[in-house]
Amino acid sequence: MTIVLETIGLAKQFGALRVAHDIDFRLEAGARHALIGPNGAGKTTFVNLLSGRLAPSAGRILLNGTDVTGLPQAERVKRGLGRTFQINALFKGLPVLENVALATAEHAGFGGEMFRGIGARRDTIEQAFGLLELLGIADVAMRPVKELPYGQQRLVEIAIALALQPSVLLLDEPAAGVPSAENRIILDVIAQLPEAVAVLIIEHDMELVFRFAERITVLVQGAVLVEGTPAEIAADARVREVYLGERHS
Amino acid sequence: MAVDSPVAQLIHAHRLRPIELLPWVIGAAGYFLASGYLPLGSQIMIMILFALSLDLVLGYAGIVTLGQAAFFGVGAYAAGIYAVHVSGEPISGLLVGAAAAAIVGVVSGAIILRTGGLTLLMLTLAITSLLEAAANDATALTGGNDGLQGVAINPVLGLFDFDLYGRTAYLYCLAVLFFAWLFVRRLVHSPFGRSLVGIRENVVRMHAIGTPVRRRLLTAYTISAALAGIAGALLTQTTQFVGLTVLSFERSGEIVIMLVLGGTGRIYGAFIGAAIYMIAQDQLAEADPIFWDFWIGLLLVLIVLFARGGVLGLTDRLFLMMPRRR
Repeated sequence: MTIVLETIGLAKQFGALRVAHDIDFRLEAGARHALIGPNGAGKTTFVNLLSGRLAPSAGRILLNGTDVTGLPQAERVKRGLGRTFQINALFKGLPVLENVALATAEHAGFGGEMFRGIGARRDTIEQAFGLLELLGIADVAMRPVKELPYGQQRLVEIAIALALQPSVLLLDEPAAGVPSAENRIILDVIAQLPEAVAVLIIEHDMELVFRFAERITVLVQGAVLVEGTPAEIAADARVREVYLGERHS
Repeated sequence: MAVDSPVAQLIHAHRLRPIELLPWVIGAAGYFLASGYLPLGSQIMIMILFALSLDLVLGYAGIVTLGQAAFFGVGAYAAGIYAVHVSGEPISGLLVGAAAAAIVGVVSGAIILRTGGLTLLMLTLAITSLLEAAANDATALTGGNDGLQGVAINPVLGLFDFDLYGRTAYLYCLAVLFFAWLFVRRLVHSPFGRSLVGIRENVVRMHAIGTPVRRRLLTAYTISAALAGIAGALLTQTTQFVGLTVLSFERSGEIVIMLVLGGTGRIYGAFIGAAIYMIAQDQLAEADPIFWDFWIGLLLVLIVLFARGGVLGLTDRLFLMMPRRR
């Protein structure tokens, strides 16, 4: 199986605080992989290292076989890396459609165009609208994002990431903060993500993790504790102790 | 596709609306109906252009700056020095002003746009102070504290002399402002302009969608500097003098006030804010020569307290409160 994303000895320190330690990680093409761990395990830090928001203290990151360790975020996006944020990072004053259209325009290499109107590449806006239809939020396309319920805002997050047509998609707690009534919609959307996209999901919701993931990596105190299938993880005593045990104690 | 489809609506939202032609109707009418106020009209248009340059960075890209006078002043001095030592031809003088300001913009922007917030604000302020001190020091070139004298400007296009009543200056400013408006309008409604709004709204997300954020900001900053340079050059050409005040902190502050007064991030805030401020200043200075700036200050306090978003923000809210016809 092709490896689309790999980290080798990835580490990050803030002064004396070690938030990522010697992480070796592999994500296969089309994978459905979950990253779990207790609060403060370094999951979001790991995503920030992968996406380029943070520079690692040591180690390497390979994206589709290319070393992207020193590349800025924009270059990683061009090479197929998309992400969502644990806390919504949206253009709240802009209509939903424009939130996604900014991403489709950028992906089409049209984002820096100065002398033509946005309508000159209508296809990028239509593509954005198509994503809204896919995620079931086309009816709110022209409403400012800030007026949307939180669950729908989470869907806009996913729509923006999908607009980049990533080969690797990092979902940072996509259902976080979503009322349980709307949770199902997010789960369905994640279940229907294109098969070609390798998905790494960070999630606290164990129902979602075990329903979705084919492989699970457990991160504890910035280091990989164990990796395996959901059945292996569920049966692992160390995981129950540090993570599941903690949750059910 | 139907006009009411969201895709069409989004594209339609950026079309030219008839009301956008209103400033030009007023500008043209002013020439005939307010012939006694043409010099004030020219000053207002120069300030509108200056505020427009600020709106691009402050209103659209969200770069908070107190140093826009740096570019205005560099443009003013460059055009003045060009007129004194090279040629009094006005159009090329404008281009020289724009180019000089753009160079200062791209060099200073490359350094200071790596920072943000208060640091960036202080750096913009510092650069203006440095340039003001340099202009004061380079007496041979700038005239120092006495200002640059002997600026003589040739007829516009070789045909229209700058006259005593300010007629040519008025129409010249109107024409330059019109072309600058066309350019800025095109820019802010382009994908580039929308990406600036995206950066202002959420820079973290713009990085994550692959936008080269720093390059976009630097481009906007440089264009804004060039526009401010043209405004400064216009001031030089229409007054035939350059003084150190073109680089003063007061000028940077004043232009922020004008833009905030009108409303940021919407082009026409620059028009309304600069016009209200300049006319109020003119009238109040006449009515109350000592305390006129108190009244300006009071006006701004009222706007900030009761009309967030400036005059245009207020009109938006009033418009929304009006009963809709069914």
